[in-house]
Amino acid sequence: MKFRGKIIDVACLNHFTRVITTISKLTKMCVLRLTPQNLFFVLSGKVANGGVSMWCELSQENFFDEFQMEGVSPEDNEICLEVTPENLSRALKTVQNAKAVKVKLTKKHCPCLTIAAELPTLSSVSRVVTHDVPVEVIPRRLWHEFKEPSMPDFDVSIYLPPLKTMKNVIDRMKNLSNFLVVEANLNGEMNLKIDTDLVSVSTHFKDLGNPPWGDEASQQGGPSQSRDPDTMAQTRVDIRKLQQFLVGQQVNPSKAMCNIVHERVVHLILLHEDVSLQYFIPAVA
Amino acid sequence: MDCVVTGGNVKVLAKAIHSLSRIGDELYVEPQEDGLALRSVNSSRSAYACFLFAPLFFSRYTIPIGLAFRCKMAIKSVQAVFRSIATLEKTVEKCHIELDDQKNRLTFTLHCKHGLMKTHNLSFQDSESLQAVFDKDSYSNVFRSHPRLLVDTVVHFPPSLEEVTVSLSDDRMWVKNHVEDETDRSKAMLTELCLASDEFDHFSVKVQNSVTFCLKELRGLLVFAESTGLPISMYCDEPGSPVVLSVTDSVLEGNFVLATLSDDSNLRKNNTKRACTPPPPPDDFMNDDMDSYLIAMDTSVMPGPSASRPPSPPLTNSTSLKQTATANHRTRLPSEEEEEEEEEEEAVDSSGPPNKKFCSLFFGSVLPPSSQMTTQPLTGQEVLASDSEDDVQ
Repeated sequence: MKFRGKIIDVACLNHFTRVITTISKLTKMCVLRLTPQNLFFVLSGKVANGGVSMWCELSQENFFDEFQMEGVSPEDNEICLEVTPENLSRALKTVQNAKAVKVKLTKKHCPCLTIAAELPTLSSVSRVVTHDVPVEVIPRRLWHEFKEPSMPDFDVSIYLPPLKTMKNVIDRMKNLSNFLVVEANLNGEMNLKIDTDLVSVSTHFKDLGNPPWGDEASQQGGPSQSRDPDTMAQTRVDIRKLQQFLVGQQVNPSKAMCNIVHERVVHLILLHEDVSLQYFIPAVA
Repeated sequence: MDCVVTGGNVKVLAKAIHSLSRIGDELYVEPQEDGLALRSVNSSRSAYACFLFAPLFFSRYTIPIGLAFRCKMAIKSVQAVFRSIATLEKTVEKCHIELDDQKNRLTFTLHCKHGLMKTHNLSFQDSESLQAVFDKDSYSNVFRSHPRLLVDTVVHFPPSLEEVTVSLSDDRMWVKNHVEDETDRSKAMLTELCLASDEFDHFSVKVQNSVTFCLKELRGLLVFAESTGLPISMYCDEPGSPVVLSVTDSVLEGNFVLATLSDDSNLRKNNTKRACTPPPPPDDFMNDDMDSYLIAMDTSVMPGPSASRPPSPPLTNSTSLKQTATANHRTRLPSEEEEEEEEEEEAVDSSGPPNKKFCSLFFGSVLPPSSQMTTQPLTGQEVLASDSEDDVQ
């Protein structure tokens, strides 16, 4: 099992750092899956993390100038590690001006992802800083827990309003309630609502547009096509989970979408060129 | 006492006070013939800082003749006088510090633009002279660099980190975070930075060893050094004897004396062993071979809890030595526990001393008569033995 990657381009390094910082805001621990083509950051929806799950996919080619890996075996050419994204983010943030950054799997006092950066200096020798981020190697028998979640059989899919606007709305709503109802229809309308004994607040967004999922969508001619465009699908979620998602995000996605499975789950998708981040927030009764 | 600071020097004075506030809660003020001394020490007396502003730093500097005046005051209240350095720089033209004998107050008057005048009357307490004992000339390892180098170094360490370890070789300095507990090591992120000797203005190592000291106070000095652009000199010796960091100018001198971690005898043995081994070779950054990072970690499909426990592969020289050190440490543990248990049996109220000890040796109550650093006898000064970590603030 070997892994070594090198980033030279400053823009790539910056972008990679943003992605990891975004993830670090969503979860304390997650699983990093390395394959010859991709890096995946995965959080599986366990009760311990509030049922929230996450799937972030990066294509290594878009970030790394060099990427070498050798998985557990030729058939299972993957490496699966449990990491603390905050540590990775902190390590990367301090080396933004580096000439080159290497990320490698090392055996130190424990298995580590070592981030080694060559920093520019005035002297003839470069300054090298290394951060050893402890990781835990996940044995193969547990890998099945970290597979890509299947696209839920959603009732409504809709583009999100500007995330900043959404964040401002939710930041205020959070002071009033712990739960938020997200509802949307196929007519490009979305509402964010809170409802307590004292107050009911709802914010309406319109003309958001509905992504054309076509045949790819999991429901072949399923409910959404035969659905009345004005009927809302809604899910009540923990407002903090949604806020966390909006606060931490640094990816500046080119596309932000939301799929709602009525009373079941809110599935948020951010797409930015080569990065996709999916976040699932389960419904609360 | 009556002194006046003008222009840019007001900011220098303010920065000095801010960096002293990182050390302790009290500011010791002593007008001396050779200048105004501002000092501070932390509660566990493991860190001491002193700024001496020469008479030339002031546009007026008069001290009472024949009458030694010394006082201490809450540093927070002095800090309040110089709260915002940004506005200070823009508005304050002159700062006047005067002792009001009648009211027993130390008066700070800030003369600002447009004739605005801010007066702070601060109460004080009489105090003994605070003086650390150190002799910079006796140190074996000496470095000097622009503050930027150290600022760029400490930026890699998290703000929550308490201590760093500095290891030295003939042409390199390694700075890494100090992790107290073996059990924490597996969870903590370890950061290591290597500085080449030619990054320093001056780099002289006579004894290769490593010292561990608090980062907070170093950061305090960096605040001052960076704003004044003065080079920082660092003096260090063997573990347990204090590190001295100093900045000097024609009109001022700042010295920060920080205790270093002294390990107990067992650990020291390991330490010297470690110090004797040459530090790991510099990471050949560009040309390393991936195979050298081979990990023999087993994640076989074989079910069972043992599958996740990797056997340790043979490692590079330095790492394996570290492992022996760890092993030594572990084998030592049971006996230590026994000792502690015995102690508990003997005297329930006296729990065993913590392993981590900063020696504040530099406040010796018995002073070598030859020491030039001390001009005052340290009467009333408590004898300062090592303090436990609980006292370190």
